[in-house]
Amino acid sequence: MSAAIVVENLQRAFGEVLAVQGVDLEVDEGEIYGFLGPNGAGKTTTVRMLTTLLLPTGGRAVVAGHDVVGEARAVRASIGVALQEAALDPLMTGRELIRLQATLQGLPSAEGKRRADDLLERVDLVGAADRRVGTYSGGMQRRLDLAAALVHEPRVLFLDEPTTGLDPVSRKTIWEEVKTLNDGGTTVFLTTQYLEEADQLADNVGIIDSGRLVAEGTPASLKAEIGNPHIRLQLEEGSIAAAEEICGHLGRLLPPVDGKTVLVEVEHGAGDIPRVVRALDDAGIEVGTLELVHPTLDDVFVAKTGYHLERDEKNAEQEPAEA
Amino acid sequence: MSRLAVNARVVRALGMRSIRQTFRRPQLMAPILVFPTLLLAVQTGGAGAAVNLPGFPPVQSFLQFMLAGAMMQSLMLAGNSGGIALAVDIEMGFTDRLFAAPISRFTIVLGRLAGTAALGLFAALWFLAIGLVFGAKIESGVAGALIAIALVTATALAVGGIGAAIALRTGSASVVQGFFPLVLVILFLSSAFFPVELMIQPAKAIAEYNPLSFVVEGIREPIISGIDAGDTLAAVLSIAGIVVLGLVLSARALRHRLRAG
Repeated sequence: MSAAIVVENLQRAFGEVLAVQGVDLEVDEGEIYGFLGPNGAGKTTTVRMLTTLLLPTGGRAVVAGHDVVGEARAVRASIGVALQEAALDPLMTGRELIRLQATLQGLPSAEGKRRADDLLERVDLVGAADRRVGTYSGGMQRRLDLAAALVHEPRVLFLDEPTTGLDPVSRKTIWEEVKTLNDGGTTVFLTTQYLEEADQLADNVGIIDSGRLVAEGTPASLKAEIGNPHIRLQLEEGSIAAAEEICGHLGRLLPPVDGKTVLVEVEHGAGDIPRVVRALDDAGIEVGTLELVHPTLDDVFVAKTGYHLERDEKNAEQEPAEA
Repeated sequence: MSRLAVNARVVRALGMRSIRQTFRRPQLMAPILVFPTLLLAVQTGGAGAAVNLPGFPPVQSFLQFMLAGAMMQSLMLAGNSGGIALAVDIEMGFTDRLFAAPISRFTIVLGRLAGTAALGLFAALWFLAIGLVFGAKIESGVAGALIAIALVTATALAVGGIGAAIALRTGSASVVQGFFPLVLVILFLSSAFFPVELMIQPAKAIAEYNPLSFVVEGIREPIISGIDAGDTLAAVLSIAGIVVLGLVLSARALRHRLRAG
């Protein structure tokens, strides 16, 4: 499989401040790559360099086979971009915006009109197509922004925090659309500060903190890196000792949390469940509830950066501004 | 489709957007049409006797004399409004959408200028129509009217280039808006609203060399007397100078903005 994005030692300085400090990453064709990090970590700066909106001060990047500095126009013809906080003109109508985007991408007028109609239908904005964008809800604006980014059927789609500030329903709609696009073969580079978003959508995740890539891999491999999943068993109090004896042979017993629960770390996750259930059943032990507990991306984030992403982001938002 | 044809289509599309934006945002439209029209009404109503002053050029009426000034005021403010609109685009990130497209990035500036030029054309037609409705005569007829319209349109484009340069350099609508009083001062220090011959020093000296005075006279002469090749040429050269200045400054500001990100 060929690479849609190759980034080598990418750097960007603003004066004395190094916003991106030598990022290396590779995104395969047809992949969804989740670029995860808190505000100010360097996500948007990286995306702006990859989309030719900002010149790197070091390193190189190749997008859709073209160098972002030397072949910027070819890069721009191959990518779709929906930047943070949908950059829409509130005085234009949705239809006008998509048709303008089609013109910017060099599509003939009739083709632009046809694509605009198709895309408006696809993102469920036909009824609002001739209304000014300023009257749209946040979710509608994001859907319109996404539709505009797709007008020329780009090979690589950059989505910079596409669901920030959206309600759960609108967020899910965007996720479904991203999955559909990816199923159609589009490579998606998605920045997010939502762990669940990266977990749900991304084939591979890169975690950026203070301008450096601190971890990269599939969500499963990143979680596995910091520990295997464990099975949580709720049992009758009298059967705990026997269950621990059996489970101790099937995996590593974890310290108990109460007198009714057995925790056993297993190597193969769900694949180990039948083995555990069979062994307990053979011993005549009745299982109340059974749950497979995976390490979360937040656990990975904490392990790599030393702090929680979403909780610390929320705390930062709630803290009063310094005088 | 050739790259030139694609860029021409982009300039046209962005120009159309610019015009729609102006008509849909009253705060952009008001300075272009409403204020100059009100000022024209107030000045012709209140200072009409100025035409009897010794040294005042021979004119049919003060309204006839003032039409060129009203057009200049309108197009200068159209250039300023165009700059404000471009700065708003930068502030809200809309220019990123344009910069991320596979087009020559200078077409973004040219699209804005095309829109400003179209507003200049609209202003020329508006004030000529007002003049005709209220009895002003275009002394050199249709040919003179066409020259005036062409000069106003070209000047709007030229002034728009300066507005675009300020917008691109600062990226701030409020800074561009801050040039609004300066625009009026420069205009009052020209022959737009009063004959240079009747001004006193040092305003007279400034007005004599103010390029806008040459443009004003190029527009005014066909209206109040007849087509004068010398005045027209001086206006064209002044406009060309402002166009070159605006385009050079815009190109430099654009390069700076793209480099700084």
